[in-house]
Amino acid sequence: MSVLVIVEHDNKIMNPSTRCVVQAALQIDKNPILLVAGYKCDSVVKEAVDLLGVESVWFADEECYAFNLAEPLAKLVGKVAESFSHILVSSSTFGKNILPRAAAILDITQITDVTEIIDSNTFLHPIYAGNAIEKVRVLDEKKALTIRASAFDAVGNKESACGVEKLAYTFENTHSKFIGQEVHKSVRPELNGADIVVSGGRGLQSIDKFKLVEELADCLGAAVGASRAAVDAGFAPNDYQVGQTGKIVAPNLYIALGISGAVQHLAGMKDSKVIVAVNSDEDAPIFQIATYGLVGDLFDFIPAFISELKTRGLAKC
Amino acid sequence: MKILVAVKRVVDPYVRVRVKSDGTGVETQNIKMSMNPFDEIALEEAIRLKEKGDCHEVVIVSIADNAIQETLRHGLALGADRAILIQAQKTYCSLDIAKILQKVVEKETADIVLMGKQAIDSDSNQTPQMLAGILDWPQATFASEIKITDKSVRVKREVDAGTEELEVNLPAVLSVDLRLNKPRYPSLPNIMRSKQKPLEVIELGSLGLDLKNRTEILEILNPKDRAPGVKVGSVAELVDKLQLDSKVFTGLSH
Repeated sequence: MSVLVIVEHDNKIMNPSTRCVVQAALQIDKNPILLVAGYKCDSVVKEAVDLLGVESVWFADEECYAFNLAEPLAKLVGKVAESFSHILVSSSTFGKNILPRAAAILDITQITDVTEIIDSNTFLHPIYAGNAIEKVRVLDEKKALTIRASAFDAVGNKESACGVEKLAYTFENTHSKFIGQEVHKSVRPELNGADIVVSGGRGLQSIDKFKLVEELADCLGAAVGASRAAVDAGFAPNDYQVGQTGKIVAPNLYIALGISGAVQHLAGMKDSKVIVAVNSDEDAPIFQIATYGLVGDLFDFIPAFISELKTRGLAKC
Repeated sequence: MKILVAVKRVVDPYVRVRVKSDGTGVETQNIKMSMNPFDEIALEEAIRLKEKGDCHEVVIVSIADNAIQETLRHGLALGADRAILIQAQKTYCSLDIAKILQKVVEKETADIVLMGKQAIDSDSNQTPQMLAGILDWPQATFASEIKITDKSVRVKREVDAGTEELEVNLPAVLSVDLRLNKPRYPSLPNIMRSKQKPLEVIELGSLGLDLKNRTEILEILNPKDRAPGVKVGSVAELVDKLQLDSKVFTGLSH
């Protein structure tokens, strides 16, 4: 049994979710191998070689991998897959984009959003927006899995770095061209790995008032999230969206402000350790899953909460 | 240009699904079904591209039992020109669906396959990528903007960090995200007209595919229940609970 983990990165830093995928890989095999495919991304390899439990890093440094395009990456995975029984990647937009294509090239099925590994063939993963959990056994010899990072702890670093093996595969890509990207730069922690998430919904009423959510987040050193309603209303950018079709988070503390708690939103946050819900509607479904619920007006609550945090010396602002 | 839109019939997104007590699946008897919301967005986009003159025909295709005919008629009422039903008696995994679709794409010589990014029942998010891989066509997933030029498509994609823009050559497979458009409702005259539009039924067996079982679903479980919560009366009480009971602020330093 040997496991390949595809490393997600932007040619500069390794995405922290890779640490959670390695944790999942270690449950199948003691010596997983990491694949770093990119262009001029030595800094990523430097991070990867230090990960606990990793046997070796396979490094493909070619121009065709510069922008994480699915076509050359899937071909590369198809090429190196022979030696592996399992191929794992994070269930991010990166992983979901490339792994199914690679699986199809290999003529194997894929399991999406694995939350638990029962044995090397059997996995749990949520379906129906997290309202049901499917226990599935894969009959294909090779298994392609995208791993829900929030369901696995991150591995730390080991004392001595593992070795790097260079791969010389390159593919001419006549299919697609990268034009550009717009990255929402934020000084706040990344939503996916944050310890605390503060999310706002339609109850925030406007883009200006949504800033209150950000203010509270900054006081807690938290990441900012949003419901679909808030994103559709233009209060927050798309990549803030938490839910079935947005990001799936499981922080220690999730604070839902003015979010009613539609099934699709709950799918993205109901595995959070502690959930706080503040809503003026005492019948809002969010209260059914909240650890602590407070019925009240958001615009009174947020400043009062911030001042209480300051009084107790808990505020970072 | 011909656009093929693949659609799936799923439990309506506003229905709260229940796991069957014997663990064999979720209750689907007497439950409202509708077109997968992402597929509606894909179909809407195809119709808009036709209205703009970028494409001459929109064909919808589904792989299901006869109950899907209602969903296909809905698609025709929205503006699709014709429908194809690949009649299948059981559900297939994404890879098999992709293989079936490949046959349809080749038969129809489609230029673009437009699909939802995921079905809200299986939540797999695989079929478009797999189809693109099998066809060796370019893919652009999670599209929030699509512009067709002569031989290529410019697509804005929603990715975790923000958005990115790709140019893919035609033919291509595109999967759509929520923000691409707002689907229309069918008008009554269009519903009437849809009854006259062609709906071709093809037996899955006639496609000559060898589809084997790739997975075995052992059990469908209920998600773990959360411990019941409490309502607090004031901000001070809330911070007390967070600080003392849940100890969530232990990692915070000031």
